[in-house]
Amino acid sequence: MSTSNKRFLAVCALAACLFPAAGATAAEDAASGKFPGVGRAATDAEVAAWDIDVRPDFKGLPAGKGTVQAGADIWDGKCATCHGTFGESNEVFTPIVGGTTAEDMKTGRVAALANNSQPQRTTLMKVSTVSTLWDYIHRAMPWDAPKSLSNDEVYSVLAYILNLGEIVPSDFELSDKNIAEVQALMPNRNGMTTDHGMWRVDGKPDTHNEACMKDCVAAVKVSSELPDYARNAHGDIAAQNRIIGPVRGADTLKPPLQGKAGEHADAVRAHAWSTVAEAAGAAAPAKAAGAGAAAGQEGQAAAPQADLAGAKIVAANTCVGCHAVDRKMVGPSYRDVAAKYKDQAGARDMLIQKIRKGGAGAWGPIPMPPNPAISDTDLNTAVDWILSGAPAEN
Amino acid sequence: MKSPARTPAGRLLRAPENFIPSDLAGEIARHGLDETRRGFLRSSFRAAGAALAAGAAGTALAQQAAAAGGGEEVILEPRPWTTSLGKPVAFAPYGMPSRYEANLQRRESPGLTRVSAASVAFAPLQGFFGIITPNGLHFERHHQGWVDVDPSQHRFMINGLVRQPRVYTMDDLMRLPSVSRIHFIECGANTGPEWGNAAVPTVQYTHGMLSCCEYTGVPLSALLDDCGADLKKGKYVLAEGADGSSMTRTIPMEMALDDVIVAWGMNGEMLRPENGYPLRLVVPGVQGVSWVKWLRRIEVGDQPWNAKDETVHYVDLMPGGMHRQYTSIQECKSVITTPSGGQVLLDKGFYNISGLAWSGRGKIKQVDVSVDGGRNWRTARLETPVLSKSLTRFNIDWVWDGSPVILQSRAMDETGYVQPRYGQLREVRGSRSIYHNNAIQSWKVAESGEVSNVHVE
Repeated sequence: MSTSNKRFLAVCALAACLFPAAGATAAEDAASGKFPGVGRAATDAEVAAWDIDVRPDFKGLPAGKGTVQAGADIWDGKCATCHGTFGESNEVFTPIVGGTTAEDMKTGRVAALANNSQPQRTTLMKVSTVSTLWDYIHRAMPWDAPKSLSNDEVYSVLAYILNLGEIVPSDFELSDKNIAEVQALMPNRNGMTTDHGMWRVDGKPDTHNEACMKDCVAAVKVSSELPDYARNAHGDIAAQNRIIGPVRGADTLKPPLQGKAGEHADAVRAHAWSTVAEAAGAAAPAKAAGAGAAAGQEGQAAAPQADLAGAKIVAANTCVGCHAVDRKMVGPSYRDVAAKYKDQAGARDMLIQKIRKGGAGAWGPIPMPPNPAISDTDLNTAVDWILSGAPAEN
Repeated sequence: MKSPARTPAGRLLRAPENFIPSDLAGEIARHGLDETRRGFLRSSFRAAGAALAAGAAGTALAQQAAAAGGGEEVILEPRPWTTSLGKPVAFAPYGMPSRYEANLQRRESPGLTRVSAASVAFAPLQGFFGIITPNGLHFERHHQGWVDVDPSQHRFMINGLVRQPRVYTMDDLMRLPSVSRIHFIECGANTGPEWGNAAVPTVQYTHGMLSCCEYTGVPLSALLDDCGADLKKGKYVLAEGADGSSMTRTIPMEMALDDVIVAWGMNGEMLRPENGYPLRLVVPGVQGVSWVKWLRRIEVGDQPWNAKDETVHYVDLMPGGMHRQYTSIQECKSVITTPSGGQVLLDKGFYNISGLAWSGRGKIKQVDVSVDGGRNWRTARLETPVLSKSLTRFNIDWVWDGSPVILQSRAMDETGYVQPRYGQLREVRGSRSIYHNNAIQSWKVAESGEVSNVHVE
């Protein structure tokens, strides 16, 4: 429970409440509210359980402490899989650490933001208040087990991050007593502004255009066109448009149409139709990329169910946070795993154990976390799917 | 693809089902029959199906029509759905779109995010009519995955600077006097990939973090009143979610008291889990991240909170290196949805240019459309209803002569603010803001009829 709230309630109790309702005692009013029979008073314990937010003035920050070293240990076990050993990983999330300097800590402005010298913004380049990081870790981390860290563990992990960012020394112990001193060192503490028109309803816009109707510009300047390589980056756009109406989607797996309007109408219509043919129960001449098959429709070619069941299991168990079917992420791709182990005796049991208990060393320095929650059945299905070459839904 | 059995005369269009082999057409016809339990009818229906399967000229009626001067096969020859028994009621207890609409789905943009549990699925604006987004196609943006909360265990709490912190069950909330209002919701990062250059092919990916629903719930002001919120000291409220990310956002008290809704209803049914079932905040005119899903708590306070999604994320980088914090209001914006990027105009001639306009500061007053890259403009028709902080549908007639053109729409809201051109927006905000790109969108129509995404300064 927030401290000011406690204070407020204490005032209420002493003064028999500041807002006495006519014809009711304070206690009765508090219990009944404005809508008789609807809602109830929250208990102190309930408010304390949920009111976990921490403000820039550290209102809401619980007492506690943690060292950089303790944070490093927690980090290796619970954070490094996604964020990298030094918070620098750019694989799963954007990096936490990097891009800030000792000079930034003096000015409170991250110079790299102005001169654009960093390829992307890290968390420490952006965040202005250290309270935000404490609250972030406490409320939402680790990614797959939010709110599982104790208060002291949160202090420890935050101390480790601050040390990686060279904001505090490696022998530092962060606590509720000294966190305000750390705030005075935050590299981007002076880097936020609310001086703009988009916070308040009556804010003043920063752009101005006029509803000119005639001869508004001398020459139309096209500054950018969709790059050629982006044409098919989202698959076949024909398979993302309706098959009737004034237009069709373009077959973006092929080069742009040439010639004049109308010359391709039949072919464009036919290709559009082909993108739903499978879902509609007709035999499609070619599989349309990106066309989602409507569930429950008759006539679909039956894919081997066991294969896709494995794919669904890895998707549902956060495995895909670190592993992809066909490319390396934090961990190896499923197809690389299949290629390495598929003909190896005992590989199936080894992989089952590895997923269950975690491990490290086979594919790189970043450890694989244990997965105690997955059922034996699901685990077997998933491993069979991986070893069969991780077939994707097509 | 198999050619149709015969070529229709003149400019008659081949219906798509003519691409289905005729034996398959018969298969479809028979399939419907199998579902009837009226065995005594089967043989006669099979006979009808067999007639279709034979691919013969069809019925005597069709033969007569053909003899009288020909015509389109889909008219002359009865279709399977005309000559068979349809499916029974409640065959699909929760109805789904036609199988022919399977292409219109929400989709991720490859490369935009690396983890699907912290990602975006864009709504297929290119296929929408009117202003209401179907619930199953509402865009998705989750920060730590979506959850399906047991509504009987869900609680909503108000605490902080209030006379009495209170707890409400869903039973409690749904007893209260409710309102139903239509509002748009747009992610602050909508059109974000386009800040620097044309980057994505279609309106689904340029503008698809946008939806519009009729929301039903109780005004937050009523609940704040019920708890005795201290409106003198309480300048802000914090909204918090019940999911793993426990999203938190600060909202100024004047907004909270104005039109914010604690909502459970969405287009006549309960919220979908992906949209916050059973309770979410509706903050009209404000970016989607503040519409906290799986809403469990509102706290009244005297300062902003600098939560993670208002200090690490959802901050707009300006050219000098300063971040704008608490950029919340979605300024006036519009986009043409038909025709739009990745589409093909099948021929020259008449088209209805159609699109959407919206403003976080009120009603849309006017939408102008240019077909010459912004040189000249005509004012479009606004379809009713035109509602505050809602999508507004606009339409305008256009006859395309087959020459290359650039289509644009430009909206003005009731404050008189006019949607900016790219040059005007970048002049003030540079190109690294990520958030709040409300520039005029341009679609280039090539001579071939193919439409593509371009930027005009």
